[in-house]
Amino acid sequence: MTLVKEAPARPAKKRSAAPAAGRRGRRRENIAGYLFMSPWIAGFLVLTAGPMIASLYYAFTRYNLFTPPEWVGLDNFTTMFQDPRWQKSVEVTLKYVVVATPLKLLLALGVALLLAQKRSGQGLYRAAFYMPSLIGASVSVGFVWRALFSDDAIVDRTQKVFGLDVGGWIGNPDYVLYALVALSIWQFGAPMVIFLAGLKQVPQELYEAAEMDGAGPLRRFWNITLPMISPVLFFNVLLESIHAFQVFGSAYVVSNTQCGPADATLVYTCYLYQKGFKEAQMGFASAMAWTLVVAVALVTAVLFWSQKKWVHYEEAAK
Amino acid sequence: MTSATSTPVVRSASGRRRTGSIAWHVGALAVLAVVLYPVIWVLGASFKPSKDIIASIDLLPAKPVWANFSGLADGISGISISTFFLNSLTYAGLAVVGVVISSSLTAYAFAKIGFAGRNLLFTLMIGTLLLPYHVLLIPQYVMFRKLELVDTMVPLVAGKFLATEAFFVFLMVQFMRGLPRELDEAARLDGCGHFRTYWSIVLPLTRPALITSAIFTFINAWNDFMGPLIYLNTPDKYTVSLGLMMFRDQEGISNYGSMIAMSLVALVPVIAFFMAFQRYLIDGMATSGLK
Repeated sequence: MTLVKEAPARPAKKRSAAPAAGRRGRRRENIAGYLFMSPWIAGFLVLTAGPMIASLYYAFTRYNLFTPPEWVGLDNFTTMFQDPRWQKSVEVTLKYVVVATPLKLLLALGVALLLAQKRSGQGLYRAAFYMPSLIGASVSVGFVWRALFSDDAIVDRTQKVFGLDVGGWIGNPDYVLYALVALSIWQFGAPMVIFLAGLKQVPQELYEAAEMDGAGPLRRFWNITLPMISPVLFFNVLLESIHAFQVFGSAYVVSNTQCGPADATLVYTCYLYQKGFKEAQMGFASAMAWTLVVAVALVTAVLFWSQKKWVHYEEAAK
Repeated sequence: MTSATSTPVVRSASGRRRTGSIAWHVGALAVLAVVLYPVIWVLGASFKPSKDIIASIDLLPAKPVWANFSGLADGISGISISTFFLNSLTYAGLAVVGVVISSSLTAYAFAKIGFAGRNLLFTLMIGTLLLPYHVLLIPQYVMFRKLELVDTMVPLVAGKFLATEAFFVFLMVQFMRGLPRELDEAARLDGCGHFRTYWSIVLPLTRPALITSAIFTFINAWNDFMGPLIYLNTPDKYTVSLGLMMFRDQEGISNYGSMIAMSLVALVPVIAFFMAFQRYLIDGMATSGLK
């Protein structure tokens, strides 16, 4: 994986352990290491690994919080797969992931290319474009979105100019999901910044050489920029799609806590929340959560597998 | 990070360069207008009478009114707005302290101590970055319920004190690995133990990464919605996010103005922090994609 830098560990250890000599020094390093890590180890055991095992168990039980969990085997999963609302939530989520992620990344890359050119005011633009990534998750912006996309508000009126009247996106089951997509795309700042950092690392000599060979801008982009930033592109695709699978707050707030109308914004986690915390069906919700884990793991695996084909890593550079 | 020193393509005719520059600014301004529209809209809307907020498409109010903000003074169903802000501040403050302490300790171990099993644990930690949070949601809730900690701050901040936010640990590890190794080795040879090295040498030098993590943590906690939604039940313990939701439930469309005004007020700390520290935040984000 790109983000895991090879740990330059061993020589340092040997040298620092030298005065204490051999085995005792190594043991002291181990003790120190685990002492320093103890918050994380406790957190990992109590808040990550333990809960994972527990939820795996709950997934095979009927559990309403008040009576002890009752083992039901695969019941939750068979009910889930046949549940039309679950199917709907899968459909809504996939649609959201497939539409929002590429559009967001395309915009992020486009703007990053724009900002990679040296112009005055560049830093100001960069900061302004990044801001939505920080406030976009807030309930405040959810409300603003409701207002902007409601009947007779700005988006609706702009559409009417073009002869399209849908009565606002919020109330319209065919459109409301795209209000969420728009909110996601609006937060293109974070991937943009990562693209920008990647673009800055492309050696300029490559462009100069290509230009001398008579390569036009499009060709330079396709043959130099894209391969050179492909590790960063991979990172963004991975992170953004995983995040998109887990969207919750915006769906909940923008669609007025109902994830509707007509379940039109019933994203996966919204249904999980309803099942777990509104209906106290903890077993069913855990089964849903594990299905999500498997789905995300599959997507991650496919992306990692595919990177051999399109991600270009500089071998033995430096 | 190496910034390019040579300018890419310098056209010979300065006229053409100017056209290019103008085109660039027109493009950037167009994106900027769309991006900032919602922010400016909420600013303008907070000064509009309630009935105009949706209907008027003007960015700025025809005649600014203060009623929306003075309406906030009444609070939400008997609870003062300041209660929500204080709760959010407590949450965010504790989260910052927790993340900075626990993540920097963990990061020091990963970056500077050669203990057995380090690489395996590092991989595990990175793996938690990709794990959907929702699989932990239900068992954590069950656990905190059994411990009778629901409706307190504990479930919200426990993870911050236990370095579960892998992103920040990762950020600090990256940063600490970038520090010259000679420094801490010299300290070790001078007889400093790991704790001394961590506290007097590594921590001060890691300050940019610590500030980045602190600000991100503050903003995330301030914006957090799902955590408070699940764990907080009593309105006077609500954070700003939940207070806003309650506002919507209680007042509905009739008091749209005050709702928008409070939305704006709720955004102020985030935007202020962002303006003050945007360099750190942007560089921090950029680092996460590289290396």
